[in-house]
Amino acid sequence: MAHSAEEVLAGLAGIVEEVAGIPASSVLMDKSFTDDLDVDSLSMVEVVVAAEEKFGVKIPDDEVKNLVTVGDAVNYIVKAGL
Amino acid sequence: MGILEGKRILVTGVLTEASIAFHVARLAQAEGAQVVLSSYGRVFRLTERIAARLPESAPVIELDVTSNDDLAALAERVKEHVDGLDGVLHSIAFAPEAALGGNFLNTEWADVATAIQVSAYSLKSLTMACRPLFDPQKGASIVGLDFDATVAWPKYDWMGVAKAALESCARYLARDLGHEDIRVNLIAAGPLKTLAAKSIPGFEEFENLWDHRAALRWDVSDPEPAARAAVALFSDWFPKTTGEIIHVDGGVHAIGG
Repeated sequence: MAHSAEEVLAGLAGIVEEVAGIPASSVLMDKSFTDDLDVDSLSMVEVVVAAEEKFGVKIPDDEVKNLVTVGDAVNYIVKAGL
Repeated sequence: MGILEGKRILVTGVLTEASIAFHVARLAQAEGAQVVLSSYGRVFRLTERIAARLPESAPVIELDVTSNDDLAALAERVKEHVDGLDGVLHSIAFAPEAALGGNFLNTEWADVATAIQVSAYSLKSLTMACRPLFDPQKGASIVGLDFDATVAWPKYDWMGVAKAALESCARYLARDLGHEDIRVNLIAAGPLKTLAAKSIPGFEEFENLWDHRAALRWDVSDPEPAARAAVALFSDWFPKTTGEIIHVDGGVHAIGG
């Protein structure tokens, strides 16, 4: 199912808030998960699993290391959902 | 009929779909077992999410193997879902960063103690906490996940020492619980790309080693061979095997080079 970038960003921000306790309002496209948002590797795994469920996509393990910024994740999910 | 028909199995250590434990749970269900998962603290919710990806959803109970309260409550928590246990998968290991990655000569005891408590002593703690749930007539099968500890590996350091302790712990448990028909065995798997492996700095060195030394072609992204061995040990097809280490490593333990 296709999602717009705005929808994915909003959904992802909600997930990051739920998993890592970071306010959704600070989850912006140019933020780095680890450097800016302090999402550690274990939380990142849960973010990915929750995002897979929410958006009905599969994010392979090998891909996760390429998702440095929130924008990387949003773009990947938008493309994967097409 | 599956080889685990009617069996009730507690599976620890399911974190992601890459976890060996996830595949043990999946195959155990496929072979007819009822599966209960355990998880703890901050990864509990992750385990719940992944549990929903099993062929049949499985309940998740709280168990931190270093918590005496959790261990004391374990039997009651399991009983909320099944009336006893026939098998337990121990898939639990942890070493602080300072205990891994080439820092062997400088690791402090506190870090080593954590690694050994969580990764080795917990086999005893978990087994004893589950013991009241085992049928006195039929016994039970305990299976732990190991990484061959007979040699020193690159970067594995105090985790390797903890695995040596796990191997020894399994033998003593086998000795002391054999009269109750409780079997205690380990699976020494080759390297697998699990979440646990990702936290081992230099994991690719293991991959290279297996590429060169495995007699059978080894795939680091396929946990199923190790999971199948665990399921076999839970079945009635290894009735007189205990204190054993089954190598599911493509033959590396037997090949000199």
